[in-house]
Amino acid sequence: MRWLAVLLLALAAPAFANDSLPPAPYAYRQLDDPKLEAKAEALMETLRCLTCQSQSIADSDASMAGDMRDEIRRRIAAGEQPEHIRQWLIARYGDYISYEPRVTSATWPLFAIPLVLIALGVVVVLRRLARRA
Amino acid sequence: MKRLFFVIPIVIFLALAVLLYVGLFQGPPQELPSPLVGKPAPDIALPALDDQNPGFSRSDLAQGKPVIVNFFASWCVPCRLEHPTLMQLAKREGVTLFGVDYKESLYGKTDTDARGLLDELGNPFSRINKDAEGRVAIDWGVTGVPETFVIDGKGIIRHQHIGEIRPEDIPDLMNRLKEAGA
Repeated sequence: MRWLAVLLLALAAPAFANDSLPPAPYAYRQLDDPKLEAKAEALMETLRCLTCQSQSIADSDASMAGDMRDEIRRRIAAGEQPEHIRQWLIARYGDYISYEPRVTSATWPLFAIPLVLIALGVVVVLRRLARRA
Repeated sequence: MKRLFFVIPIVIFLALAVLLYVGLFQGPPQELPSPLVGKPAPDIALPALDDQNPGFSRSDLAQGKPVIVNFFASWCVPCRLEHPTLMQLAKREGVTLFGVDYKESLYGKTDTDARGLLDELGNPFSRINKDAEGRVAIDWGVTGVPETFVIDGKGIIRHQHIGEIRPEDIPDLMNRLKEAGA
């Protein structure tokens, strides 16, 4: 029976042959301080994984997402503010990496149009009410 | 006035419909210019690949002549595809290629497997660094290998090429080098 187990294990070797490089220290390890970990996690959930582009780096198992989690946890542990880390990443990868939209020269209509439409609606309603009165 | 009230929504609808219809047949959007273009190259304090290949530091990127920095790994299939093109580029006058071996020991490879790739396909790089953990790659805004940067003589990033370099990309890269002062 034992030799069978050894044989099966040997046949299953390809299953272990994936990555010989261990993941970065903090890719899958939480920070000891739960407060800092919560901070890091909140940031990781709003950053795009560049390998699996519809996942956040908190959700992705891609090796680069692991590297980024490691980087973020190290920086948070060193006392860096989450928004500062986000800016650091945006400076390298562009707005694309952040799931938190910013007002820029390309995105301002997205923020402005709803306000304009609400204002228009208010004007229409007020005029109707005035007519009725 | 009343009629205008009916016409405007139709006009808006038609304009939108045309816009979306045209968009349907347009290819994927052009890759966005890297936010690092125009900025000084980030630090690259890394060990050399091995004793046969000297490494480089940031000051080697600001020696008055432009340099091409290429992130690669032996497990990366598109890197193998672009390797002959890099060899061609390296033969051109005024072209200096530096390599960064990115996380070599992934996918069953070991730390020194980059040498196998270079022995097999030739070595286009005059200097090679080893980024074993991939942390410098993140600092450089690298999304995956291969990725290539053109850096001018003052150490400013002038161009970022994402994905493999094909033979037809050589003229563009040569132009970028020229603009960077080659």
